Amino acid sequence: MKITNDIIESHGLKLEEYSKIKLLLSREPNFLELGIFSAMWNEHCSYKSSKVHLKKLPIKNKNVIQGPGENAGVIDIGDDDAIVFKIESHNHPSFIEPYQGAATGVGGILRDVFTMGARPIALLNSIHFGDPKNKKTKNLLNGVVSGIGGYGNCIGIPTVAGETKFNSTYNENILVNAMAVGLANKKKIFYSKAKGINKPVVYVGSKTGRDGIHGASMASAEFDENTEEKKPTVQVGDPFTEKLLMEACLELMKKDSIISIQDMGAAGLTSSSVEMAHKGNLGIELDLDKVPCREENMSPYEMMLSESQERMLIILEDGKENEAKKIFNKWDLDFVVIGKTTDTKNLSLKYKNKTVATIPIEALSSKAPLYDRKWTKKKLDKKKINLKDLKKIKFDDAFFKIISSPNHSNKKWVTEQFDQMVMGDTIERSGTNAAVVKIHGKEKAIAVTVDSSANYCKSHPLSGGKQIVCESWRNLVAVGAKPIAITNCLNFGNPENPEIMGQFAENILGIKEACEFLDYPVVSGNVSFYNGTNKNNIFPTPVIGGVGLIQNINRIQNHRFKKIDSQIILIGKTFGHLNQSVFINELYNLYDGMPPEVNLLNEKNNGDIILKLINAGNIRSVHDVSAGGIILALAEMSLSSNIGIKINKPKKLYNLFNYFFGEDQSRYLIEVDKNNYPKIEKILKDNNIYFDNIGVTQEEYFELDKVLKINVKELYELNNRWYNNFNGLNS
Amino acid sequence: MNSSVIVFPGSNCDRDVATALTKLQFKNKMVWHKDNVLPKSDLIVIPGGFSYGDYLRSGAIAAKSNILKEVVKAANSGCLVLGICNGFQILIETGLLQGALLRNKNLKFISKDVHLKIINNNNNFCKKYKKNNIINLNIAHNEGNYFTKKDHLKELEDKDLIAFKYCNKDGLVNESTNPNGSISNIAGILNNKKNILGMMPHPERMVDNLISNSDGVELFTSILN
Repeated sequence: MKITNDIIESHGLKLEEYSKIKLLLSREPNFLELGIFSAMWNEHCSYKSSKVHLKKLPIKNKNVIQGPGENAGVIDIGDDDAIVFKIESHNHPSFIEPYQGAATGVGGILRDVFTMGARPIALLNSIHFGDPKNKKTKNLLNGVVSGIGGYGNCIGIPTVAGETKFNSTYNENILVNAMAVGLANKKKIFYSKAKGINKPVVYVGSKTGRDGIHGASMASAEFDENTEEKKPTVQVGDPFTEKLLMEACLELMKKDSIISIQDMGAAGLTSSSVEMAHKGNLGIELDLDKVPCREENMSPYEMMLSESQERMLIILEDGKENEAKKIFNKWDLDFVVIGKTTDTKNLSLKYKNKTVATIPIEALSSKAPLYDRKWTKKKLDKKKINLKDLKKIKFDDAFFKIISSPNHSNKKWVTEQFDQMVMGDTIERSGTNAAVVKIHGKEKAIAVTVDSSANYCKSHPLSGGKQIVCESWRNLVAVGAKPIAITNCLNFGNPENPEIMGQFAENILGIKEACEFLDYPVVSGNVSFYNGTNKNNIFPTPVIGGVGLIQNINRIQNHRFKKIDSQIILIGKTFGHLNQSVFINELYNLYDGMPPEVNLLNEKNNGDIILKLINAGNIRSVHDVSAGGIILALAEMSLSSNIGIKINKPKKLYNLFNYFFGEDQSRYLIEVDKNNYPKIEKILKDNNIYFDNIGVTQEEYFELDKVLKINVKELYELNNRWYNNFNGLNS
Repeated sequence: MNSSVIVFPGSNCDRDVATALTKLQFKNKMVWHKDNVLPKSDLIVIPGGFSYGDYLRSGAIAAKSNILKEVVKAANSGCLVLGICNGFQILIETGLLQGALLRNKNLKFISKDVHLKIINNNNNFCKKYKKNNIINLNIAHNEGNYFTKKDHLKELEDKDLIAFKYCNKDGLVNESTNPNGSISNIAGILNNKKNILGMMPHPERMVDNLISNSDGVELFTSILN
């Protein structure tokens, strides 16, 4: 087949990139080779636009065993235990086909984790939808939530935490980010680097079908009016097979037979084989006649580009085939030696006794295009919201409107579709600061959370980047965990637009600054560009997945009030920052001005003191203050415990809206025993921590001195109304 | 006391049940679905999960597996058999228990803690509970909507074969406290000889106060005595 400009473009390649291919091969590629280049050189697989920026992120501290560049990051949590984790996007497929898109997003990230020798112990998700009034939103929300549940519930990994948000910026491009966390023995971590020549390359798992062909290329372009036609590029998931594959792999990993292992994710057989050879500085030869196929007459092109799920490539030690095959047969899975490692440093493909492709591995990996794209700095949005210019609203009306809005409603409609308890180690489920999962059979636990603040990042990408890292850190601290490391999923618009590229570049700098200061490195992650339709780009939405360690499971904290007549203390200083707040966004639909500033030193000091108080057993409950300010944090504490509060007006002359809805950072609310108060006051003063004694817990009523009084049960009704109605319309 | 937990491809609560059994002093063995022999057991547990992916119909394929023939034999000779969640579905598919488990009324997977009323405590599984006790267990299922014919329902009631009913924290049993649409709020039933219990809620998830609560403990300790 003659390769025309049309064919090149339909493969998502630029003409100058095609010239580079010819140069690297010293000839024209054939059609199969072109397909392979397109699969490896697209944004999704090559990180060609993001690499120069990602290099700036801190990736090490004393706990990091493996940073970015492997299937997932690995951290040390003591006693030979390691935590393996990563977050990944499945935005584009989920918009085209929400159930399968979301389900295979979960499946893909789970494979990344168990490929490294870890048994997955927790799943998390961050899902962003368009305006609830948008006609597509309902169907997408239903599909995505049941897809995430459908996969995780079946394979039997608890989905323990997440966030569900709505904003019209995602009307035509939703975000579905899934995170998986696994537990491994740190002496038995498996990597993708091939070693040795003539070693058997084994294909295990599901058969290869015609689904998901060009999935990675599809995810590397914007949507347009023909999005519906892209349905065949979405993969179809089978969690049952993944469960078998997981058990078989973990069983094989107990033996010493694996040299390297890599899951077939984006760009399937192509990227897994190239990745392994590239890391080992070797070549790889595959005999495509041996690839187990679901359908007859599949061409080499289809086999190499299929993204059929639940497949793995393993390079085995010599003579271990039989032992390994026995395990996969036990689990009724395909096990076929389809090739071998070579010293040619080429990807070489054979089909029907002919060599059908020969490409130098480095042309597909280290020599792939790399762009330092043009980017522009975001101009400061100096607009200041002045409450006097806005339509007046009563304090209680504002509060009720927010507490019953889709974004701030109780999310149990979502979380009750996820099995949160399977595996029997989930101590804290969704809904508190961070989820807590016990290390099976041990007296320690990990805390996990996912966080994002898209409107902060849009208005000032640098501060936004800092803020999301801090929020993640704060959430872990608030359950009593020492934060260790993060994974990030960077969801942005079109990188060829200098403004978007600027959002990305500055956001990375913000993340870097906070991660460095808090010693909270990035150990894995994923970049998703081209989130937009017809040039409408989404708000920049980096999502941070954080993991922390709790050494003593008897000191775990949560945000549920414990007793009547406790003292409530606000830790951290309140300035009343309303720009970019929930109050302004939800009530006035305004997105102008700067987000709140983050003072990293205060963040660290306040967090450290919270950990100290928790570990000394001085706290009854604790909640971080984030979106929605003090009032929303208090409401969440009340709603989850059915205990009321009586809060005083601030002594200084603050405007009540600024004080209670302001989103100043680095703050926590703590509930303490009144008798303990003098002791705690002294600790806070001795450590130069700014705090306010704001009120007490009481029975029944959520009460703010002379401004607001509502029965907690009524508040609960309000908080559940939106999803209850939503559910009603759908069942 | 010797227990066996049957493991199918797709079982995913097998480890959880085994952990609970071991913690409560059972001598437990895991039994692979392709095996033809059951180890000597006083209790056989069919755990939750998605055996064979729940393809065809929940529990339908598992009911035809090698080991289930042995389980049926053992059950008929009086061995205690406990089916939890997918295990309950499998027991129904084998015919050891009657009725059907339909899709949840709201057509969604439901995972939450629910209150249960002990209806019959005069059996080997529940004797440590008091009649009409309210306990709190977790459910997590897609097909837990128990249905049976009128005459069988009457038989269940007349012979006192209903073990648990869904209720609220005050013990109220009605439609508002029924999570999945089960007929008469039924959450678990016994066979005529009361040596087989099938239940949708997961007692093995409630054996540790740090993690959840310990309302499931008595179910296992009832069996021990």
